[in-house]
Amino acid sequence: MRTPKHMLSGADIFFECLRREKVEYIFGYPGGAVLKLYEKLYDVDHLKHILVRHEQGAAHMAEGYAKATGKVGVVLVTSGPGATNTVTGIADAYMDSVPIVVFTGQVATHLIGNDAFQEADIVGITRPITKHNFLVRDVKELATIIRKAFFIASTGRPGPVLVDLPKDVINSVCEFEYPEKVELRGYKPTFLGHQNQIKKAADIIKNAKRPLLYVGGGVLMSNGERELRLFAKESNIPVTMTLQGLGAFPGNDPQSLGMLGMHGTYYANQAVNNCDVLVSLGARFDDRVTGKVDSFATKAYKIHVDIDPTCIDKNVIVDLPIVGDVKHVLAELASEMNGQMDLEDWWAQINAWREECPLNYEKNDGKLRSEYIIERISEKTKGEAVVVSDVGQHQMWVAQYYKFNNPRSHLTSGGLGTMGFSLPASIGAAFGVKDRTVISISGDGGFQMNIQELITAAYNKLPIKFIIINNSFLGMVRQWQELFHAEKYSFTDLSASNPNFLKVGEAFGLKSFSTNNPAEVDDILDEALSYNDGPVLIEFKVVKEDMVFPIIPSGATIKEMMTKRLDPKEMV
Amino acid sequence: MKHTISVLVENQFGAFNRVATMFSGKGFNIHSISIGETETPEVSRMTIVTEGEDKIMEQVVKQLNRLIDTIKVVDLTGQTRVERELALITVFYQKGTRAELISICDIFRGNVVDINNKTITLEITGPPDKIDAVVNVLEPFGIKEMARSGTVALKRGEQLKLDKNLVTQQ
Repeated sequence: MRTPKHMLSGADIFFECLRREKVEYIFGYPGGAVLKLYEKLYDVDHLKHILVRHEQGAAHMAEGYAKATGKVGVVLVTSGPGATNTVTGIADAYMDSVPIVVFTGQVATHLIGNDAFQEADIVGITRPITKHNFLVRDVKELATIIRKAFFIASTGRPGPVLVDLPKDVINSVCEFEYPEKVELRGYKPTFLGHQNQIKKAADIIKNAKRPLLYVGGGVLMSNGERELRLFAKESNIPVTMTLQGLGAFPGNDPQSLGMLGMHGTYYANQAVNNCDVLVSLGARFDDRVTGKVDSFATKAYKIHVDIDPTCIDKNVIVDLPIVGDVKHVLAELASEMNGQMDLEDWWAQINAWREECPLNYEKNDGKLRSEYIIERISEKTKGEAVVVSDVGQHQMWVAQYYKFNNPRSHLTSGGLGTMGFSLPASIGAAFGVKDRTVISISGDGGFQMNIQELITAAYNKLPIKFIIINNSFLGMVRQWQELFHAEKYSFTDLSASNPNFLKVGEAFGLKSFSTNNPAEVDDILDEALSYNDGPVLIEFKVVKEDMVFPIIPSGATIKEMMTKRLDPKEMV
Repeated sequence: MKHTISVLVENQFGAFNRVATMFSGKGFNIHSISIGETETPEVSRMTIVTEGEDKIMEQVVKQLNRLIDTIKVVDLTGQTRVERELALITVFYQKGTRAELISICDIFRGNVVDINNKTITLEITGPPDKIDAVVNVLEPFGIKEMARSGTVALKRGEQLKLDKNLVTQQ
């Protein structure tokens, strides 16, 4: 006789599956199509639902949570506008390979295609910006699909997965059996790197005179920072990191050359340009890194380790590809090496570049500058905080001046460049890592793009430090207008139209500060960092027209690198 | 260069769309695309004819492989394969040209599948270049309408060499 099985509703199955996936938080917003789920949620105690104020905020919170913890971030929203509001966050997660699962309500299956109230073809809309997506058409498929969604999101090259849940599917009932294993014959990421390729790579690295490690976000996603540090330390090879790779190797270690690329350090870019072996680890040769592709690292034998085969030979043709998990490949590579390499000449050259053109900014005119603020934050938190930056000039200054000690500490929207990312993402991070200081740094423009989520932070008493670097401009766009667009400052000056940020903070119930005086920075930071009963807001009014240096113009080479603003006298 | 790529996909809602979306999103060309069931009902086979430099074709294959619903991707270009396309071509005829059209159809081993007092519809099957040839020949007569199925292709089965001794013994 068959053993009787549980008859469960779609809504029950949903929460049972989330429990088995060990989901701690759902970032969500209720609505018509998901009412049944919210009815059940009322009595669920194995996870916590965080009510956001806009669904885009939910998606970024899930991203922040996922980036800071390495676990899958979960979103629950209703159909139609609820679903479409998550699109920017999903696209962001896709570009930066962040594991999130987004559950969207959908109109009942018999209404799909009828232009029903709050209907949107979200599966169609998100097809090109998800790793995979599902429309659940029968409650019997629900458990398997949820299992697959979490599996796909978190394995291989991680990414967002969307599951569309029609109202009738959630309401109907079926026998529940939890699928312990899921089989996806079309999805089997290559985990182990090819042995011979790894051996060959090690031989080439061992014989290099001017090797360089080019480290991307893949190292962090595979949790390979220990292997990287061991490999780098034991071989003595210099390390440069991409925007997403920061934190993989300690920023204050002399072996770190900091970030490379458009706003990377002079010495990192010189090293790339002159190395004889370039080892790319979980990076994708993005255009912000390479500049002009034909002139990128032309002297180097290129080794590329990546779990995603499509990344290989996509932008830059490499000499030796290794498809596999970076952590694993790094460990194998390390075991093939024999100790410290003799790189004395190479290091002498790199240190000469470092002295020739270090990161620098004006310190003596008594004005408040972003670089100074970020240096002070780095100092005061000893490089140990989780810093969530937004998009623009301050983002580059964070990348240059905050010396990250730890992995999963630098959270930013790199690929999509989503303004408005920092504020909600820092909330997700603060839920995920309760034992670490979380600092959100935004410009005055980006801060206003998801400003509504301040109340989510305040209501949940999250001790986030919201820092606004206010230069009263959309600074990065202004910089490009100055350098490349005939100084036409078209719609980038916010000085007449910014709100009073101090009052905004207070209205949302945040302890708020504002200053334009460099002498006050330390005191304000001390007070903010020691306050843990809820979020604080600090507005730093900085110099209006500073630019990020160095800069290699888009599609150019290191020869075109600008390291400081040209003096008008020099330009004549 | 043209490439013929054979893709086995899960016969699931949206699988075709995923492939089409990927091609348009990445800016890859599609000359033709055809899809249908295989010997296993839960698996469909898509045959895609596309064109581009080798580097692009490598990306096409990788991007196809990356889709979760694709089970197997084979670039048949350069492999021994059988390729067929079906075309239905409706051509105008005048007094005296009907017989000529039917004879052209015979030469290309096609079938006449419809006729009225103005037009005649031919069914032609063969490799895509044969269809091109037929279209070329029929054009002067005036083609009213045409529907082409797109290429379907399979790798040729391996030709096993017969062991002569074994044959004589038997």
